[in-house]
Amino acid sequence: MKLTMASSPHSHSHKSLSKLMQTVILACIPGLIAQLYFFGTGVLIQLILALLTASISEAVIMRIRKRPVWPTLSDGSAWLTAVLLALSIPPLAPWWIIVIGSFFAIVIVKQLYGGLGFNLFNPAMAAYVLLLISFPVQMTTWMPVNDLLANSISFNQQLSVIFNGFTSAGFSVDQLRVGVDGITMATPLDTIKTDIAHGLTITESMQAAIFNSWLGQGWGWVNLGFLIGGLYLIKAKVINWHIPVGVIASIAVCSAVGYIAAPGTEPGVVFHLFSGATMLGAFFIATDPVSAATTNRGRLIYGALIGLLVYLIRTFGGYPDAMAFAVLLLNMAVPLIDYYTQPRTYGHGVNK
Amino acid sequence: MEKLIAQIKQGKVWPFPGGIHPPGQKTISTGQAITRLPLPDKLVVPLKQHIGANGKLIVDKGQQVLKGQALTKPVANWSVPIHAPTSGVITDICQMPSAHPSALPELSIIIEPDGQDRWCTLNPVPTPSLLSHEQLIDIIHDRGIAGMGGAGFPTYIKADSRKAIEYFIVNAVECEPYITADDMLMREYASGIIAGIEIMQQLLTPTLTIVGIEDNKPEAIAAMQTAAAHNDKIIIQTVPTVYPSGGEKQLIQLLTNKEVPSGGIPADIGVLVQNVGTLFAVNQAVFEGKPLIERVITVTGNTIHNPGNVWALLGTEIKHLLDCQGFSPVPQQRVVMGGPMMGFTLPTVRIGVVKTTNCILAPDHEELAEPGPEKACIRCSACADACPASLLPQQLQWFAKSKEYDKLKEHNLFDCIECGACAYVCPSEIPLVQYYRVAKVEIKEQQAEQVKAERAKERFELRKQRLEREQEARQNRHKRKPATEKSADEKQKIADALARVKSKPAKDDDKSAVATAIARAKAKKQNQGADLEPDNSDVALERAARKEQARKYKEQKAAASTTDGDKAAPADDKKAAVAAAIARAKAKKAASSTTDSETAAPADDKKAAVAAAIARAKAKKAAKAEQADSLEADQTQSETAAPADDKKAAVAAAIARAKAKKAAKAEQADSLEADQTQSETAAPADDKKAAVAAAIARAKAKKAAKAEQADSLEADQTQSETAAPADDKKAAVAAAIARAKAKKAAKAEQADSLEADQTQSETAAPADDKKAAIAAAIARAKAKKAAKAEQVSSVEKDNAVDETTPTTKNQEPGTEAQPEQTAQDKKKAAVAAAIARAKAKKLQQEGSDK
Repeated sequence: MKLTMASSPHSHSHKSLSKLMQTVILACIPGLIAQLYFFGTGVLIQLILALLTASISEAVIMRIRKRPVWPTLSDGSAWLTAVLLALSIPPLAPWWIIVIGSFFAIVIVKQLYGGLGFNLFNPAMAAYVLLLISFPVQMTTWMPVNDLLANSISFNQQLSVIFNGFTSAGFSVDQLRVGVDGITMATPLDTIKTDIAHGLTITESMQAAIFNSWLGQGWGWVNLGFLIGGLYLIKAKVINWHIPVGVIASIAVCSAVGYIAAPGTEPGVVFHLFSGATMLGAFFIATDPVSAATTNRGRLIYGALIGLLVYLIRTFGGYPDAMAFAVLLLNMAVPLIDYYTQPRTYGHGVNK
Repeated sequence: MEKLIAQIKQGKVWPFPGGIHPPGQKTISTGQAITRLPLPDKLVVPLKQHIGANGKLIVDKGQQVLKGQALTKPVANWSVPIHAPTSGVITDICQMPSAHPSALPELSIIIEPDGQDRWCTLNPVPTPSLLSHEQLIDIIHDRGIAGMGGAGFPTYIKADSRKAIEYFIVNAVECEPYITADDMLMREYASGIIAGIEIMQQLLTPTLTIVGIEDNKPEAIAAMQTAAAHNDKIIIQTVPTVYPSGGEKQLIQLLTNKEVPSGGIPADIGVLVQNVGTLFAVNQAVFEGKPLIERVITVTGNTIHNPGNVWALLGTEIKHLLDCQGFSPVPQQRVVMGGPMMGFTLPTVRIGVVKTTNCILAPDHEELAEPGPEKACIRCSACADACPASLLPQQLQWFAKSKEYDKLKEHNLFDCIECGACAYVCPSEIPLVQYYRVAKVEIKEQQAEQVKAERAKERFELRKQRLEREQEARQNRHKRKPATEKSADEKQKIADALARVKSKPAKDDDKSAVATAIARAKAKKQNQGADLEPDNSDVALERAARKEQARKYKEQKAAASTTDGDKAAPADDKKAAVAAAIARAKAKKAASSTTDSETAAPADDKKAAVAAAIARAKAKKAAKAEQADSLEADQTQSETAAPADDKKAAVAAAIARAKAKKAAKAEQADSLEADQTQSETAAPADDKKAAVAAAIARAKAKKAAKAEQADSLEADQTQSETAAPADDKKAAVAAAIARAKAKKAAKAEQADSLEADQTQSETAAPADDKKAAIAAAIARAKAKKAAKAEQVSSVEKDNAVDETTPTTKNQEPGTEAQPEQTAQDKKKAAVAAAIARAKAKKLQQEGSDK
């Protein structure tokens, strides 16, 4: 009888790469819904554009590298990158922003380094930084929440803005951003930063319409959505708790210290944790396994340093938010962190 | 320690990091009690079923054996005997595929059961407490007990631990999915196991005995607790179900919070672990006297109709097990010996069960899917989270793939227990364990290579030193000669040669050179043929004698011939000279090996020959003044040379001479004269035609000469009679040029082939004209080239040989290389001679036409 030979173990957990990626994408849904609700359906258009560009880019590269297209595409890693990038950029950014970003993320940041598993940097964040630096205006034109808009815009109008730059009525994005009170609105983080720079206190700044007592309107919910999704990822054992905990704890500690030191110009812990990309970054961006630290101790350090950088750049840097920069900077530190945080192997360093 | 014991007694366990929870699949095979298989048709009992050396075979093919009879006898360290599982006949003792991942053939005893199952005499010990430690150890050893949990470590070694054992741990964890052999054994034979534990307690005297059982075996836990109730030193500890808690190191950590140091053994920390099955075998061996001939095996998997546990005789083929339990294979069927995590697939079902076989798993593809294609590692570190040894499997995998062995060692690859937890959880389905296994083997091979390389290097260094020493010794030996004596020797030779040459004209002077010359010429004419024959025969005899010698030492032959040439004919033929030159070069090389006397001779010869050549040249110069004398000297030389010549040489010389003759004929009566004298002396070698032609030519020349000059005529006649003095200016100049050439060549080359060449041309020289000189030069150049090329190659060859073979053998390669060269030389020389001959003939004809 002919028997098949195989090497042990013969049993497998049935975990797979594509399942892993699918789970992460699914975990984005709460945050995505919050974004849709507060910032309009533009994000869906961005999402579709990103998925299309990423898929085509990956397929073309696989074809060029003479590798099977579908097995690579179906692992879902390109789609996850596309989703994360789409969630990161302003919903009404012109269509070419997301196209350039997705192409750059897949082709340059991932495939040119050798494909999945070989990229040094988080593709979505590298692309985000590229876009932010190259197209700062388009990348910072976040809309205020729908409720505050002077001219509420339909899906078709958003489509028109994304592809033509104007609504059918001829409003540009900047005109659309004008709030009910006729003032162009920025993101809460941006507003606070500008106001502090103008000598206002936090309390004064918080009077602006985009805030509702504590947080920027909508942003708190979006962050909450990603927090829920992130907790699900930990529960599903897709990610380890170390990185999110490192990031969140670090931001919390830093902002607490800052608040105690300068309560007038510091927005406080909760504001920092539920503004901007904090939760998305902590659970979805920083935890990208390929570019993150791999030892659990290392992950704590990695997360904590990301949190620290986020806080420092938000407070002292030129940009209102800093998740992408922090993650990319720490990506570079990963080999060092990994090297110095190797766990103690069984039987080593015991003097019994 | 008291605190630790108290904690243990309270049931505290210390979970190890990592671990996985694969589906247990144990209930498949626990549905029924252990059954006993019918006797198989044949048993394949491998000699080696444990870690350590084989026992020595003490049975023969065809021998009848009884159940329990020892088949091997322990000899070396760690060797454990095997016993006949049933009574029957040994039909064969041969190599059979082994129950090992490699399935490499192992010497196995094939037994055909007689069906009677007759026991040999057993020696049960009802009260082992009366036995001494050594007696008990001997029983365990002689009954062939080896670890039945996995590795098959000889139990008698463990039981005889030199180190104090605090904690005796009984491994009843059975953490691998599917396997229930220990579970069922405990359920049914708990008291027997406890009795075995008590024997080990007697041997090891531990402070505490802890039996670790996973919490998924409540029946076994209950049975063991009941059986151990009377012994308060035995603690039945329930441990959580986590794979691989049954790993020895993990179990120790789990039960005692201790870690076995890397590279150490549990006894180093006062812990000893035994498998429950082994302890039951110990009990059987002592209380019933039964050797280890059967064990409980779980036969399970979806392709088995009646999965369960069976008592199988060691040596029972897997096929028998499967057949008895009912087996319907699926396409690409895998049959795993062991569990799904650490078991290995079998290449064939015709492999016998051994002491370590605890499970035969025949799964279908639903329960254990075939591994999918390996995908990219995303560094998710799920593997690191699962690793019970706290390794970083993901990084090890990168290093293993890139063969960074140092990094692998740095990351503690060798602490990997190959439990497979990492590969189990890997979402990319990377066969991590396989990478580690390969890397481990490669590192071990590399280390072995390094050890080998170091040894080789050591040997090489020693050899180099030895060779250097020998070389130095050799050089010292020769330096004494060449540096001091040889130069003196050389000078002496030159002086001798000079004296010899000088003495000749002096003698001649006394007697009147003309008279002697005439007399000689006449004598020659009278007995042209007869004169040479005796000469030849004499030399032939000599040569025959020499050849005898030459067979042994070819260099010596060359040396001998040159020695001869030194005395008689430095003006000798090309071939001999070339041969001699090669031989000398060889001799030089070989000099180290041959004795001083041997080497000295050829070396001396060479120098002497050179010296002689120089001397000759000088002599000639001197003779210019008294030309008759020099001519005579020349003639004497060629006369004496002739006999020593072999035929070819003679022919060649004749041709050369003929050429000279021709030229001379065409041009001058003078040269004609010289020619004639030469042709007279060399006559035996000359053919008739040449002689006739010469005669005609001479006549013509005479005529022409007469017509031209009275003086020259006179000179001519005197020459023809006296074979001597009246040379004209031209001839003298030509001779001078030839001589100068000869000198130059001789100095530059020191190769005698050239000398010979030159000497020839020298003899011809006085009578030479331009044409002859050019022809001679060409011939010389050719000869030189050939000689050089050959010498270089011979030297190279020699060098190569010298390097590779010990110096004492040098002689041999030298002699081997020589004939080749001389043969080549001969060819070339022969060709050259042929060309020369052809030219000579042409010239002759032209001359005769004139």
